[in-house]
Amino acid sequence: MDVAVEYKLLSDEAGLDEIERKIIYATQAGLPLVARPYDAIAEQLGISMQEVVSRLRRMLQRGIIRRIAAVPNHYALGYKGNGMTVWDVPDDKITELGQQVGELDFVSHCYHRPRIMPDWPYNLFAMVHAHNREEAMVLVTKIAALLGENESGHDVLFSQRILKKTGMRL
Amino acid sequence: MIDKLDREIINILQAGFPLTETPYADVAAQLNIDEEELLKRLARLLEDRILTRFGPMYDVQKLGGAFSLVAIQVPENKFDKVADVVNSYPEVAHNYQRDHDFNMWYVLATETPQQIDKINHDIEKRIGLKVFNMPRLEEYFVGLQLQI
Repeated sequence: MDVAVEYKLLSDEAGLDEIERKIIYATQAGLPLVARPYDAIAEQLGISMQEVVSRLRRMLQRGIIRRIAAVPNHYALGYKGNGMTVWDVPDDKITELGQQVGELDFVSHCYHRPRIMPDWPYNLFAMVHAHNREEAMVLVTKIAALLGENESGHDVLFSQRILKKTGMRL
Repeated sequence: MIDKLDREIINILQAGFPLTETPYADVAAQLNIDEEELLKRLARLLEDRILTRFGPMYDVQKLGGAFSLVAIQVPENKFDKVADVVNSYPEVAHNYQRDHDFNMWYVLATETPQQIDKINHDIEKRIGLKVFNMPRLEEYFVGLQLQI
């Protein structure tokens, strides 16, 4: 499954029409590397280039497409300290705190996930990226400083090995 | 290896790509290079896996389906066996080993929430270890652009 999106996941609940599904399917592996890429997609689908562009624009507006862009392999570019930082913060403040942490310029993903007591007390997850683990730990102290007394504990889990990775980006 | 122009290309394309008739020519003009050069370098960056992807980044959670992050504390002597069991499910999209008591973290992608629970129960039964299901409750940010 070396694709970005599994076609079977495009269920009706997403409110996508047939043309949008076809565009997603046609672009899940990436944009064509030709001078007029949207024309190339249009030709493949038997619709106009204007239709392709307007559908892509609408999917951007609805957040179905986060952006049209290149995704670098951070590891290959020297970012080798990739840590999942996890934090125990009060549930009634997590939305505000999560937004503040998410705005930091070294956090790539930031989520609220459930605690599972007693083994797992952490409810805020933030991925940090640095050139090495030492540099990553400096970033962790910056998050700790931001959270201040709102934090009752934290941990950092560095990735050691990829055991499986399909093309799906989640 | 990548040079200064490659880095400029990566940084500009991380930020976004225009919805114009000739988007590569438009980006190339911003970089003061010609379209051919941009297309050639972009193809090489993708081929060398310096870039993992170039195109629309879909929020798969908005395309329907159910997702979850799941963690397990696996004893060292059972690690490879457990990894084989977990990886055998096509619904397991990623699986990472992490430096922690919770040393295995996998992402499930299924068509319904019920299937998430079913696969987790199935894995628990087969490996004899508790799995910790941690679906996202709220998303605050996705999509950092690191300057390369």
